[in-house]
Amino acid sequence: MSEAVKASLTPKSAPAAPSRRRRRRRELLPYVLLLPAIVMELLIHIVPMVVGVAISFLKLTQLYLRDWWHAPFAHLDNYRLALNFSKPAGKALLHSFWVTLAYTVVVLAFSWLLGLAAAILTQRPFRGRGLVRTLFLVPFALPVFASVITWNFMGQRDTGVINHLLVDQLHLASDRPFWLIGGNSFWMIVVVTVWRSWPFAFLVITAGLQSIPGELYEAAVLDGAGFVAQVRRVTLPLLRPVNRVLILVLFLWTFNDFTTPYTLFGDTPPRQADLISIHIYQDSFTTWNFGSGSAMSVILLLFLLVVTGGYLAVANRRTEHA
Amino acid sequence: MREPTWFRWTRRVGLLVLAAFTLLPIYVMVSSSVKPLRDVQGAFTWLPSHVTLQPFREMWTTIPLGRYFINSLVVSTISSLASVAIALLAAYALSRYRFRGRQTFSVVVLSTQMFPGILFLLPLFVIFVNISNATGVNLYGSRLGLILTFLTFTLPFAIWMLAGYLDSIPRGLDEAAKVDGNGPLGALFRVVVPAAIPGIVAVAIYAFMTAWGEVLFASVMTDASTRTLAVGLRGYATQNNVYWNQIMAASLTVSLPIVAGFLLLQRFLVSGMTAGAVK
Repeated sequence: MSEAVKASLTPKSAPAAPSRRRRRRRELLPYVLLLPAIVMELLIHIVPMVVGVAISFLKLTQLYLRDWWHAPFAHLDNYRLALNFSKPAGKALLHSFWVTLAYTVVVLAFSWLLGLAAAILTQRPFRGRGLVRTLFLVPFALPVFASVITWNFMGQRDTGVINHLLVDQLHLASDRPFWLIGGNSFWMIVVVTVWRSWPFAFLVITAGLQSIPGELYEAAVLDGAGFVAQVRRVTLPLLRPVNRVLILVLFLWTFNDFTTPYTLFGDTPPRQADLISIHIYQDSFTTWNFGSGSAMSVILLLFLLVVTGGYLAVANRRTEHA
Repeated sequence: MREPTWFRWTRRVGLLVLAAFTLLPIYVMVSSSVKPLRDVQGAFTWLPSHVTLQPFREMWTTIPLGRYFINSLVVSTISSLASVAIALLAAYALSRYRFRGRQTFSVVVLSTQMFPGILFLLPLFVIFVNISNATGVNLYGSRLGLILTFLTFTLPFAIWMLAGYLDSIPRGLDEAAKVDGNGPLGALFRVVVPAAIPGIVAVAIYAFMTAWGEVLFASVMTDASTRTLAVGLRGYATQNNVYWNQIMAASLTVSLPIVAGFLLLQRFLVSGMTAGAVK
């Protein structure tokens, strides 16, 4: 450090004002640094998105896959097909949309509640706290496919641990239920996703709690606030900015999740757990109709943009009023 | 303040239930991986009839696990390193300079993270097929093609996290380096990068982890010779006659390095990931 000070006291050859060329070079520098990232962004995001939107207006079937330039223009046919809810394709898409929405809301609610409860319970130091915190992170650290394959094994009707526990040991049912097909599959994927994502809520809320000054709790105690009142009047209001981002991130992740349903059910999920990402995937790669697959993706994106925009607008207005 | 007794009991019971929920799949994975085959073919048992390491030996020949392993390793390593290298330069520009288009770039990078992967998958597939049709360069089914598609999610995340990390490194360091006669690039590589090593390593590991677990692109863009672990293992697990003990042994083997890396770097990863949300 002293060397730096010395150097700054004795300017070497640096001119008083940087020359014009030098200044221009300085102005260009951030763009030069960004260049590789911009090129990559163009290659992997911007161009594919433009192509994706273009494809959604084409009759791009297997016939034209190898030279999509020659695929005939389809006007809005792909969108009309996807959004015509009285025809099978539109009906299936709408069904998948509702399933995904229900799944997302339930997963979000449980993940947030469990994360909040665990974060509050581990807020004050106790013996073994570090161990508990590390343990709770493990589902988040495990590769998704490895843990979901394990859940697949657990949900097997005859050899899985779930039926062993519920039927053989607790006698809650007389007949072994199926977990990976039929109506139960919806709850199965909800449980698996909650298992995977509540640690993230725990992680973020724990970090948020650490930024709440301890004096606030002391002041609340002096006011005679019990534990519940402290949570309601100190913890929850101060967590609001954290929750705002957390809920949005969890919503988007859960809504777009592909790995969990694909690993749990394979490429043809049961109807009751036909989540939208896998629905579009399956539809595109079994019919090879990429035009309609792209149209559905664009519709999905528009929905997510509207939801995110609306959510941020409401959340921001609330903070301004608060 | 002394905690009331009811709070301590709520804590004990609540955390115990959550720990049981968390541990159940992990216990099933670990205990089943040391079971002989007949134990996993009948009703589930909590304990192995005898402990055997045979599943860990046999798993390499039942499916081409070694090949999957190498494919995953190569693809995840390269996409992780490439995204960190590209992201480091971009993050330095975002963190240290105010320039026109900075806001736009940040918003584009951030927003692509919320887009569904399928939105990029279909056009990338069409582009790859058409490139190979026109030029003979085969991206579809190749490792290079897979690496490119993996950058769609590793790169924006790396840029975002590294920019946040560089923001936490005092600018005084850059100034001192410049006074010492370094240009901006000299300041970046001689001073800022060494100070940012923990953050860079954490981002690289996180990018590696996400690439290691990726399924959407890998299920479409690979063939039998380039298949990754995530897709190969799943494909096997949904077959009819499954050697579940070997599958559990394989799942455990491919998870251990990832979990160990995560827990070792927990502090950096957690601060990097939560910084955006908490700020």
